[in-house]
Amino acid sequence: MDSSLPPVSPGGLCLIPLEEGIPRCFFPHENSATYLEHAADLKSTGGRFLGLWASASPFPRIYSSVLLKEGLILMVLSLGKDAAGDFVYPSLSRIFPSASRFERTVRDLFGFIPAGLEDQRPWVDHAHWSIPPLSVPPGTRISSQTSSMGRPDYPFVRVKGPGIHEIPVGPVHAGIIEPGHFRFQVLGEKILRVEERLGYAHKGVDGLFRGRTIMEGAKLAARISGDSTVAHSLAFAQAVEQALDFIPAAGVRFMRAFLLERERLMNHLGDLGAIGNDAGLAFALSQFGRLKEELLRKNHLHFGSRYLFDLVRPGGIAIFLGDPAIRDLLTEIARLLEEVLELQRIYDDHGGLQDRFQNTGILSPEIATRMGIGGVVGRASAQAWDLRSGHRCDPYHRFPPALALAHTGDVAARVRVRFLEIQESLFLSRALLEHFPENVIKEEFPINPDITEGIGIIEGFRGETVSWVRLSPGGIIQAAHHLDPSAILWPALEMAVPGNLVADFPLINKSFNLSYSGNDL
Amino acid sequence: MDVGDPLFRTEFAVDVVDLFLAILTAPLLSGWIGTCRAVLSNRTPAGVFQPFWDLLRLFRKEVILPEHTSFLFRAVPFGVFGILSVSALFIPLLNIRPLLGPVADVVVLIGLFSLVRMLMAFGAMDAGTPFGDLGARREMMVGFLAEPATLMILFTVSLWSGSTSLSRIIQSLLSSSDPVHPSLMFALMAYILVFLAENGRLPIDNPATHLELTMIHEAMILEYSGPLLGMMEWSAHLKLFLYLLIGIDFFFPAGLPAELSPPAVILGIFLLIGKLMAAGTALAIVEILFAKLRIFRVPEFTALAYLLASIGFLIHFVLEV
Repeated sequence: MDSSLPPVSPGGLCLIPLEEGIPRCFFPHENSATYLEHAADLKSTGGRFLGLWASASPFPRIYSSVLLKEGLILMVLSLGKDAAGDFVYPSLSRIFPSASRFERTVRDLFGFIPAGLEDQRPWVDHAHWSIPPLSVPPGTRISSQTSSMGRPDYPFVRVKGPGIHEIPVGPVHAGIIEPGHFRFQVLGEKILRVEERLGYAHKGVDGLFRGRTIMEGAKLAARISGDSTVAHSLAFAQAVEQALDFIPAAGVRFMRAFLLERERLMNHLGDLGAIGNDAGLAFALSQFGRLKEELLRKNHLHFGSRYLFDLVRPGGIAIFLGDPAIRDLLTEIARLLEEVLELQRIYDDHGGLQDRFQNTGILSPEIATRMGIGGVVGRASAQAWDLRSGHRCDPYHRFPPALALAHTGDVAARVRVRFLEIQESLFLSRALLEHFPENVIKEEFPINPDITEGIGIIEGFRGETVSWVRLSPGGIIQAAHHLDPSAILWPALEMAVPGNLVADFPLINKSFNLSYSGNDL
Repeated sequence: MDVGDPLFRTEFAVDVVDLFLAILTAPLLSGWIGTCRAVLSNRTPAGVFQPFWDLLRLFRKEVILPEHTSFLFRAVPFGVFGILSVSALFIPLLNIRPLLGPVADVVVLIGLFSLVRMLMAFGAMDAGTPFGDLGARREMMVGFLAEPATLMILFTVSLWSGSTSLSRIIQSLLSSSDPVHPSLMFALMAYILVFLAENGRLPIDNPATHLELTMIHEAMILEYSGPLLGMMEWSAHLKLFLYLLIGIDFFFPAGLPAELSPPAVILGIFLLIGKLMAAGTALAIVEILFAKLRIFRVPEFTALAYLLASIGFLIHFVLEV
């Protein structure tokens, strides 16, 4: 091993409770057999696959992250060239089905071949690249592959039978939303199958990270998905801090936790309004929209950024919170709690709305477990995973939020989970503000003499947001990768839709509210 | 009546005024509904004239025709707008005896509205896009389910005059001495449901949605652009206006000028504006309160309308004869 990974002790003993975050540990593997064996082992102990990525030469490796209740395991498989000169690694798709899209992405971007992966179709490559773009050194020009023949059609899985037809939707939609294509196989109004085609928002984030300084990297991380800027910034900060063996002060941890809750609040409020609006209740959108806008304005007033961009940075935070601001935020929390409860009552009592929500878009707990779904969607399908509860990480262990859980897995459950989380989030925010320790903005962190790696994981408003960095000496990012929870949640949407009416798809989609940008890195 | 007859000339003039009034007031009515909806959901309204600005914007734009469309696609907006304008000549606005009244009774009127729906479905399917097909299919389903109820309502109302002529119906309703008509109460309830379904309003269809997969009316006109879209939009305003007008004529005819004297006409205008505004407000309230129905609940909705209309029809024989 030519780069130093953080120390590992065998058998999961590395998952020692940490103060500054969820326990997370690196597991190097030199050969495919132990890698597969370890993955199967993790699966059998209830591990959830979060994502898989790669790093290019000089350290061709595959990183797969699996979350256990105790913490995050990162399996690192070093690759060697085979006889044909290709980098081949064993596919995890038989153990963790969600690995398929990640492995296809790695094949498109790096050219590493997953042995045993059945799906041979490209994923992020929309037939634009002549060679895998990350397989060459940064700055190499990649010619476009498009010939006069045009691009080949993407082979969607088709359903055949009398009366069955296809509806293609997107990537350009009637509303102003992110680009994504959905291919429906329908019989009348009933959806038999839906398949997603994403990657239209691909912007080469892994490539963009290469060679940047830590602070530039932080700016980029904040812009991966605009609605979860705090989550991505925070995950990145954690990763860098782990790589540099640095523990931020309590004040910084409090402030970060508070900002993360604020992000959760404004997104959940926005989502609840949008879900109501998609069921035709415009009243919901204007009410929740107002609450969200008030939060955004308060953000602008106290933090200087409506969507909290660039506030969390490696080593610290970018803002100072005075006593008047704390008092103002506390009053806001009290008022918000009251208004949200009132709106929840309206949602619960609205027969038409409940008729649309209930039994629509059911993601059964069994499927959710098998796919390893977490976040809001997972919790609505009885998956009791929340990084904020159940870990001894500061400051959550002081005021642990209750786990918002529902069991029906339908749109109504996802709405209920969001309402519960808003309340818990408000309680947590209040507790954080009331016990706010000394204001520390930033501390200097050490410069690494060697190549080091770090990983961070955060419960963003959608679910687990992961960041991994490898720093070369002097704090230059050699490689980095971010995982938005959307990447594992998109396949779950495909599972929740069949059997529903075409007209109910937008509602189901909205109740998931996944990020295209966060997926198409 | 002779063409040279001064009465004829007055009636002719009033009819022409009625027609233009209908065409011009229709967007205003939509603007009023939009304003009410905005106020009810705590938003700042764009104003009652917003539909005019939207239409103006559309008419200034160029037409972009989708590939592979035939002349049908281009002809449909003209057909739809034309038929609805002609229908306006049959429906009493101020003049309860429109000159063209004898040409068409309520059944013909419903036929004309069906023709409009059919033309729109053709236009939508001509573009060959899945959304057009989807919208057309759903629109035909809603129309087909609502039509029996519509006819039943019209028959209930016709029982009063023994005629399906709009003018006769209104005249006999105006001259009736009974303060309330129980049969008409039920017919009115049914009419409200049919009105919502036929005009693509909530809870059947959401005219404000941008979600292409849930649309009915909007999906049908998704491929239209520029002035053609403008005509389709204007037709939608006009259709809404005409449906409200029929409702007012049948269920709240009080104040319609029995003869064309200036004071009666002026009073009639003010009353009509008041009734339209009240109806628009009521519609906005309904739309704010209800979520959109799951599409397969539409049959239940229209069945309820049919049931109410039938009850009205029976009650006429039980209570009113």
